Amino acid sequence: MGFSTDAVGKTYPPLTYAVGREKIREYALAVGETNPLHLDVAAARTAGYADVVAPPMFAVVYAAPAIGPAIFDPAVGLDFGLMVHGAQELAWGPLVVAGDEVTTTVSVERIEERESMGFFVFASVSVNQDGDTVCVGTWTNVVRGI
Amino acid sequence: MEFAAGAELPELTVTPDKYLTVRYAGASGDFNPIHVDDEFARAVGLPGRILHGLFSMALVARAHTEAAGGPAALKRLSVEFRGMGLPEQEITVSGTVASVEEGVAIVRAEAVQGPNAIIHNAEAELQL
Repeated sequence: MGFSTDAVGKTYPPLTYAVGREKIREYALAVGETNPLHLDVAAARTAGYADVVAPPMFAVVYAAPAIGPAIFDPAVGLDFGLMVHGAQELAWGPLVVAGDEVTTTVSVERIEERESMGFFVFASVSVNQDGDTVCVGTWTNVVRGI
Repeated sequence: MEFAAGAELPELTVTPDKYLTVRYAGASGDFNPIHVDDEFARAVGLPGRILHGLFSMALVARAHTEAAGGPAALKRLSVEFRGMGLPEQEITVSGTVASVEEGVAIVRAEAVQGPNAIIHNAEAELQL
């Protein structure tokens, strides 16, 4: 086996991301959202939300700062130059809106070798300021030629 | 749309413009040079800068939230990334409802660009 599985189970310090209104709009426009809930404060408030609503996939924005340290952890040993994003799963709770503070904790779920490829699987749990779990993620990165 | 087993998701077609990867890099914070620098991308054997997989996944997510009436409907989405997406070529997201039980629909979907399925084996759970 060309890599170590010692890091499996390792958990990294939680990181908090403050969700901004213009960041939601910037993200929503980049991915082509046209739903006014993501773009128009008045429309979001009329629909009962405190502010513009983050598209579900905005989870990769608030979770990213917490995922980075795990992917780059020398103890994990992921060769970033040979890495491809293999698979992604996200499961959502209540919607995130501008003004929320989302705290994400990341851990190493699995490291294994299959067919000369290394699979590095990270788990993320994102919780808002009220203690609601807003997103749970499974991030699978694959390194070829192990 | 009417959600029933076998029903098809309305197709979503998107042609990312030349600078989409730069805007998505800024929006997402993922500045991996394979997405923003043609010279770097070619040096590592790619045809040029490639789309972020999570951008393509966001298109799959949008196809579902638009079909199901808004962002609150999407409760889970899993995907496998295959091949690579490129700017300036049309992407088509399609899907089929696999089951509907107790107000929850499971949809199987993919995103295709030319001959390549860039998102493979997508499965979405929608709260109807």
